[in-house]
Amino acid sequence: MVTAVAIVRMKDLFAVVMLLGLYGLLSASFFVAMDAVDVAFTEAAVGAGISTLLMLVVITMTGRREKAKRHKPLLALFIVIITGGLLIYGTLDMPYFGSADAPNHNHVAPRYINDSMKEIGIPNIVTSVLASYRAFDTFGEVVVIFTAGIGVLALLSVTRRPEDDDDIASHNDSMHERHLVIRIVAKMLIPFILLFALYVQFHGDFGPGGGFQAGVIFAAAIILYAMLFGLSAARKAINQAFVQLIAAIGVLLYGCVGIVSMLNGGDFFDYNVLASDPVAGQHLGILLIEWGVGCTVAAVMIIIFFNFAGRREMQQHSGDKSTQNQESP
Amino acid sequence: MIAHLPVLQVIVPLMAAPICLLLKRAQLVWLFSLITSGLAFLISILLLQQVMATGVISYELGGWQAPWGIEYRIDKLNAFLLLIISAISTIVLFAAQTSIEKEIPKSKHTLFYVLYLLSLTGMLGIVATGDAFNVFVFLEISSLSAYALIALGKDRRALWAAYQYLIMGTIGATFILIGIGLMYQMTGTLNMVDLSQRLPEVAQTRTVFAAFGFVIVGVCLKLALFPLHLWLPNSYAYAPSIVTAFFAATATKVAVYLLIRFTFSVFGVSFSFTTIPLQTLFMALGLVGIFVASTAAIYQKNIKLLFAYSSIAQIGYMIVGFSMATVTGLTATLLHMFNHALMKSAIFLALAAIVYRLGNVQLSSFHGLGRQMPLTMAAIVIGGLSLIGVPLTVGFVSKWYLLMAIIEQGWWPVAVLILLGSLLAVIYVWRIVEVAYFKEPLANQTPVKEAPLFFLIPIWILIIANIYFGIDTRLSVQVAQSAAMTLFGVTP
Repeated sequence: MVTAVAIVRMKDLFAVVMLLGLYGLLSASFFVAMDAVDVAFTEAAVGAGISTLLMLVVITMTGRREKAKRHKPLLALFIVIITGGLLIYGTLDMPYFGSADAPNHNHVAPRYINDSMKEIGIPNIVTSVLASYRAFDTFGEVVVIFTAGIGVLALLSVTRRPEDDDDIASHNDSMHERHLVIRIVAKMLIPFILLFALYVQFHGDFGPGGGFQAGVIFAAAIILYAMLFGLSAARKAINQAFVQLIAAIGVLLYGCVGIVSMLNGGDFFDYNVLASDPVAGQHLGILLIEWGVGCTVAAVMIIIFFNFAGRREMQQHSGDKSTQNQESP
Repeated sequence: MIAHLPVLQVIVPLMAAPICLLLKRAQLVWLFSLITSGLAFLISILLLQQVMATGVISYELGGWQAPWGIEYRIDKLNAFLLLIISAISTIVLFAAQTSIEKEIPKSKHTLFYVLYLLSLTGMLGIVATGDAFNVFVFLEISSLSAYALIALGKDRRALWAAYQYLIMGTIGATFILIGIGLMYQMTGTLNMVDLSQRLPEVAQTRTVFAAFGFVIVGVCLKLALFPLHLWLPNSYAYAPSIVTAFFAATATKVAVYLLIRFTFSVFGVSFSFTTIPLQTLFMALGLVGIFVASTAAIYQKNIKLLFAYSSIAQIGYMIVGFSMATVTGLTATLLHMFNHALMKSAIFLALAAIVYRLGNVQLSSFHGLGRQMPLTMAAIVIGGLSLIGVPLTVGFVSKWYLLMAIIEQGWWPVAVLILLGSLLAVIYVWRIVEVAYFKEPLANQTPVKEAPLFFLIPIWILIIANIYFGIDTRLSVQVAQSAAMTLFGVTP
């Protein structure tokens, strides 16, 4: 709460972004307190991690201070108060927190809790709900992420010439030389981050984890590399076209699991028919779609970062050029 | 495969989108998208036939039974909507290749088609599903791709318009999500049929009241109901022309569908219209919307902006029909959704053709265009007549049903207001006709040729449909009427 108010009042955008990261972490701990470990994990990885990073990149492009505002948005305040009032009004008749008679614990949930072990055969109920019972929603979410990536590509991608690339790379190298210690530490850390991502990817069946979190962690490792060694180095390691390919393949992999189950005589995303034994089929299905999720999420995060940062570099680069031109005469 | 039609309807364009990204060559991607969209159109025809013959089709995704898994539920209402969306999408795509050549840089053509297909997927998904949360997921797909598509416009103001839409749209989607969350809390289910059975038990609680409020306001933001319409004019005016033609005909219709679905199917007529004074509110907003937007349209100099305002006015007519909560009123709304899709896609496609030749759609450059691009201008005029509601066009049919519904209720003043609203449409259509046909071309204007065939064919298909469905109303009226009856639980 204090953080939220501070975020609204602050004028220094850098501090705002940092506080937003903190806010993400705090909400993550809230989720832990509510026993929603999977959500907490996602919030920590996305809210506190990646989105903070992306916003920092944006700040380097737009400048650090907020413009002073001239108007007093009274109407907006009025609408916000009404909305908040309605929300609080709505809570008055809600069942108590953690109450066992609350309708949401008594209708759909019991089957998930009691039968998911038998029907799907994995201990993490959250994973069985999102990857099997409601697999189509998760598929939708993956497509949302894919859409976001395509949107960023369509709007922000800049075509760069090779000579610009070299210019920027040499400029960056001189800048990065100064951060020698960080570079070496990062070099040691990155393999472990990647390994951890893989662990999270495979561990989704048994504990909190899965494709979404793994994808974000994987992307974080690449982004760390790009930040410390320069974007062109990262682009050389992982080609942009290749990342796009992975993003598309992730969605296709997920969808194909559905199509194959349809061809095998089941409904769309009916994993039971994937193998002779229904539970083995469920396992296989979930494993494959988690890979689909992981691929798309990681690829899209990298696409977004590359394009944001790439645009920033071009901006700085053209800025440098124009100052040089002014100095030369 | 017949059993899988409901899911194929959504999956076909969805899977085609990433494949497009892999294909790369713009020409090929266009052809592929066109085939995909055509396939979706075919599926929607089959679905509508099946629904009209045998009734509701339910499809369990993942093979899990309804409240546990996600259900696709096709009834007459959404089969009708699926048909409208996929038909318009296919016809509009036909002209896409030629139109974006001049409006979008070549390197982004592939991405354009990927986004277009995703947006189509989103809309079809929202309409086909029978699960409240699934609605939200597909709403996100369609809105995200819509923001990106609008921002692709050549004019830099497109970015600002897309940003405005992004903020308003996100607020709308969040409101819908809050509403769905509150409903889940009170009932423990997300399935729409299940919700409609379990909501009456808790209908008197404040939480359900708040849920209803959030859902309705969220949906109204999306459907650009006056006074929540501020995002719409600029988005339509500055988006690439092809995108405008697609969205003007489909996007707001999907939101109207959601409004009908939530009020009639999920919350139920008695809750929506008796517990809350929705009727008076919507009737008033609809009427004010018609007048304010039509008047604004009269003063526009940018023709795309003019027809964007006209779209807001047309939404007003749909809302008036909806607010009566009678079978005839709802039939009028559904008919107008179908008919308005036909008119607006024809008009905006014709405008796309004019942008292709002239580079802009300012009224001042329309001088003498009636002689230079006779077929395109004739299409705009017929589309305009249809907007006004002249007999022998589809516009007349829906206005006729709307008036019948109003007179059925005995609300004469409203009927008079509706007729006056049509007169405003006469004025703004006449302004275009006057400039295009009765003014000599300006001296400094270079004469232009008629639009290429890739525009003329889809435009005239739509115009002929405008006239055909204005004379032979069997298909549209029958489907709309029986869909409305089903919503009221009356067996036809």
